[in-house]
Amino acid sequence: MLPPRNNPDLISLLAKSPTIDQTGSIERVARIQARSLKGAAKLQGLRMALSMIDLTTLEGKDTPGKVRQLCFKAQHLHDQTSDLPKVAAVCVYPSMVGIAKKALGDSGIKVASVSTAFPSGQAPFSVKKDDTLFALENGADEIDMVISRGRFLAGDYQFVFDEIAAIKELCTSARLKVIFETGELDSLDQVRKISDLSIAAGADFIKTSTGKIQPAATFPVVLTMLGAIKDHYDRTGQMIGMKPAGGISSAKLALQHLLLVKEVLGEAWLTNEWYRFGASSLANDLLLQYQKQLTGKYQSAAYFSID
Amino acid sequence: MEVLKTYKLYIGGQFPRTESGRSYAVLSQSGQHIANACQGSKKDIRNAVQVARKAQASWAAKTAFNRSQIIYRIAEMLEARKGQFLEELQALGFDLKSATQEVETSIDRCVYYAGWADKYQALLGTVNPVASSHFNFSVPEAMGVVGVVACQQTAILGFISQVLPAIIGGNSVVVIANQKLPLCAITFAEVLATSDVPGGVVNILTGSVEEMLPTLSGHMDVNALSLAQLDSAILEKAQTEAVENLKRVMSYSIDFSQSTAQGLSYISDFQEIKTTWHPVEQIAGGAGGY
Repeated sequence: MLPPRNNPDLISLLAKSPTIDQTGSIERVARIQARSLKGAAKLQGLRMALSMIDLTTLEGKDTPGKVRQLCFKAQHLHDQTSDLPKVAAVCVYPSMVGIAKKALGDSGIKVASVSTAFPSGQAPFSVKKDDTLFALENGADEIDMVISRGRFLAGDYQFVFDEIAAIKELCTSARLKVIFETGELDSLDQVRKISDLSIAAGADFIKTSTGKIQPAATFPVVLTMLGAIKDHYDRTGQMIGMKPAGGISSAKLALQHLLLVKEVLGEAWLTNEWYRFGASSLANDLLLQYQKQLTGKYQSAAYFSID
Repeated sequence: MEVLKTYKLYIGGQFPRTESGRSYAVLSQSGQHIANACQGSKKDIRNAVQVARKAQASWAAKTAFNRSQIIYRIAEMLEARKGQFLEELQALGFDLKSATQEVETSIDRCVYYAGWADKYQALLGTVNPVASSHFNFSVPEAMGVVGVVACQQTAILGFISQVLPAIIGGNSVVVIANQKLPLCAITFAEVLATSDVPGGVVNILTGSVEEMLPTLSGHMDVNALSLAQLDSAILEKAQTEAVENLKRVMSYSIDFSQSTAQGLSYISDFQEIKTTWHPVEQIAGGAGGY
């Protein structure tokens, strides 16, 4: 077999990816995790996290009914509490995009579709292209594509770059999120490398995981990706969005992620234009904690809709 | 120099220190400092309710016979640690006779409630006469998470008399132990940890009742309260807060050493009755029925 051929520009780009100090990363996030938001700041943080959620259902057993139910939940998080923000988007499989689009109507909530043979990405490009076009034709506002991890780990960076660039070309008006599945990438150095590569290939957002593999959005991984976004911004002035996904199921974790993004990237990223949480059960815990902040009483999941 | 033991909390089958980092001195009746106990906080209550909720469903789903075996095992382990309980009670100022009586009655009570595990359903459940072709029956079901403020007069007997009827019926409990006499409660936790009771079914906190009870009585995920011998002001406050999610509040002002302090009614205090209407069909044109 011939060795993978990467063009010289790409090789010099990736050569510039810094190596990541894993111990330092762990210590830095530990400091942030030791912090705790209280009172009004916590209330504001919880609202912000709610508004950043991509409410997700990505199961083989998804039915049109389940997706409509999720879209209803997106628009009615907890009607007993007035003045709650809406989630940012609903994230579904391509076959469900049309149903979600119709159910969400003019609510302003976006429809994100996973794509390119999610979650494995193990399909020929023609299939990935059709997958993406199908989602776009059905009205997807955002495309969450997976990279070919096997090719990336084999060192075929050009292939991965070209694939992302080709999907980006299809997304004329939709925003493109690129999923790395960091749980399969082994080291923070690899995470940094794929972040730089994806951003160069045209990603609007970079996203940690599919949610199907553990570990998913761990803090050191997220810190590494935020570092890549920051370096790109410092160099070019162009903002790239960030979406941690998988395993963020508690309000406490979500607030710590917000602290991290504020510390690394600053206030400009603290909006659902540039920051998202991919999650299914996070919304309910945020609602529970929000209600707790309002009433002073610990809440029960029994009084909140399941989905 | 004598090193005094610091008794820890019992939450989710683990023995953590209080999240607040506080402790208080446990004194004997003569005022001697004999040990330290954790001064539990709101957040300890929150953590305990969380694990109690998680543990409850699978505890209730165990077979009645299995729950019986597990409670009987508690009696066996209590028996084995009798000496330790007697020592603690004497250090607190009890004389040997009353200490022995309290521990032995506690063991008897475990055996007593172990026996009820697969029998109360038959006595609390009913088949109801109805005027339509339905088979109509009612069965008891566990309420869920029960908050307990243990008897403040006895060291262990009241505690056991309140906790056992709740858990034998499939509930999980969060207990605020006797504030002044917390040692036996935590030693009992050591019994629980070695007697097949799944972690989270019984959670034990020590500290100020006045400080922790409002968190428990206002908690939306607690289904009932078992309170013993509380001041009327504290009781009234707890009852008021319990209204928010319609908690059932049972308040006991009884002498737990009496044989009347055990019985089926203490089990039914933490059961909900579920009634089912089951259509009775005519089968193959015959006179159907069940």
